[in-house]
Amino acid sequence: MMLDAINWHSCFFLLFAAIACSFAVAVVVSSNVVRMAFYLIVSLASVAALFFLAGAEFVGAMQLMIYVGGTLVLLAFGVMLTARGPLVSIPTGGGQWILATIVGGSLLVVLVQTALSVGDWRGPTTPQAAAEQPANAPPLGLAMLGVRADQLDESNPRRREGMSGYLLPFEIVSVHLLVVLVGAAYLARAKR
Amino acid sequence: MAEFLADYLSPPWVAELAAAGVHCALLLALVLTAAAAFTWAERKVSGRIQDRLGPTRVGGRFGWLQSPADGLKLLAKEDLMPKDADAMLFRLAPYLSFCASFAVFVALPLGDNWVSLRMSTGVFFFLAVAGLEVFGVILGGYASSSKWSLFGAMREAAQVVSYEVPLAMCVVVPVMVAGTMDLVAIGEHQSGWFGNWLIFHDPFTLLTFFVYLTCAVASVNRAPFDLAEAESELVAGFLTEYSGFRWSIFFMAEYASMLAVSILASILFFGGDNGPIPVAGWLGLTHRTGPLAGYLGNLLGMVNILTKGTLGVIFMMWLRWTLPRLRIDQVLTTCLKYCIPLAAAMFVGAMLWTFVERGGFSGDWSIFRSESDLREEASAENMDLSPSVAHERGGLSP
Repeated sequence: MMLDAINWHSCFFLLFAAIACSFAVAVVVSSNVVRMAFYLIVSLASVAALFFLAGAEFVGAMQLMIYVGGTLVLLAFGVMLTARGPLVSIPTGGGQWILATIVGGSLLVVLVQTALSVGDWRGPTTPQAAAEQPANAPPLGLAMLGVRADQLDESNPRRREGMSGYLLPFEIVSVHLLVVLVGAAYLARAKR
Repeated sequence: MAEFLADYLSPPWVAELAAAGVHCALLLALVLTAAAAFTWAERKVSGRIQDRLGPTRVGGRFGWLQSPADGLKLLAKEDLMPKDADAMLFRLAPYLSFCASFAVFVALPLGDNWVSLRMSTGVFFFLAVAGLEVFGVILGGYASSSKWSLFGAMREAAQVVSYEVPLAMCVVVPVMVAGTMDLVAIGEHQSGWFGNWLIFHDPFTLLTFFVYLTCAVASVNRAPFDLAEAESELVAGFLTEYSGFRWSIFFMAEYASMLAVSILASILFFGGDNGPIPVAGWLGLTHRTGPLAGYLGNLLGMVNILTKGTLGVIFMMWLRWTLPRLRIDQVLTTCLKYCIPLAAAMFVGAMLWTFVERGGFSGDWSIFRSESDLREEASAENMDLSPSVAHERGGLSP
């Protein structure tokens, strides 16, 4: 045999990372709305696969549910609102290219700089580690309400401060969704 | 399994690859066999309901070779694509649908611990991945660049997006009663006599099952909710331009997702791999008795769960050939005015019932203690703390 050991974790990481990046580029380059949506789905789904690979099933499923499912609504409304002829295409103007390059490029610089400033990355842990954890929904639900039941016995008080649950993000998301709902209701009303 | 194969295959990465291949092959065999069997069953059931015989000649008695014959016919058909179609999306759409409905089976346990990937949030994974099947339908409908197809796809989008909400709310009720999102643990929670099944837990779970049934039929796009392919108004909806092999892939996806929601129903409400009578427990067919007995017990569990799933699929066929198709406004009214309020009421009701059942404010709420507390207690008693034991010790079983 050529190789005695192949680290499947790294292989799949590289595979899904490559898919996510290349389809993200394809979203930018393509000018067909529905194809863009399809590329976006593939890219977001590969990011979900990366989450699954890291053993974060809940985040991965969330990614599929919210982002990939959200793209579905985007696709449906994009088609409904823009399709006058069959297979509509929206070319990107020169100004949009420049603006998008500035915003995207600066974000990329910040992310690359952050990634390089990390001293040493931890290697891949065994994927079985996630499966061996006891599976209970109540700690997750309590964490959403701001109590990290799984971290209550953390002895270091300074570390406990960092484990304050997810109440604030949860509330922000709820308010955000409420605003979207009110906006959608307003748009639907204004038609009459 | 990878550890077991590593004894026979020399480099470990080959063993891992082989283990993954075996899992995939087994699931694929299950799904494809089920699709073939259900195609035949659909013909027979519809025939009997309409006072006909259904297929009788192909392959001798009962027309049991009808599905392979159908498959051959579909393979031999000319591969047509409309001139204006978006070729790439048109070709990809069926596979997208099938991948989504096949990937769901990764999380479904078919016996005590006979599951490809045991996830602590298996129910949620199921909902997230099952919701992706609609993409194939919408992309296929759009890429056909036909008005019938686009109408069908848009109806499907409206229907699936609205029915996902009550479906998720119904699924939360058994999850709340069992206290876990792990499908294997939900199955273990209902072991014993059929009185332990979650559908008989309280009146609210009983009603929740029927709301789940409605939403599941709607979410897999079956009659009376098959508006996306309503042949009396939309020719064949999103399937209008499809023929031959691609069409059959869409149909395999439909039958696979029917089986998937039925198996999920049997795990959430009907005891999963536990039969109505605990025969396996009496015969000692558990892993405590020995590996062979454990294997036989698992086999019995798989027979149980597949029987329940098949019964669910046959029930859906019965519905299809009994009820007339709803209009799109009736479909959305059913969802928004009936299913969502009912699911919400059942959720609150089941929550209060569980609260009172566990003794209200003075009850045993040890389930909310941290896992490490439980682990310390267990190690104090020198017990082997597997997840299932932690689950039992969490104060769930009375």
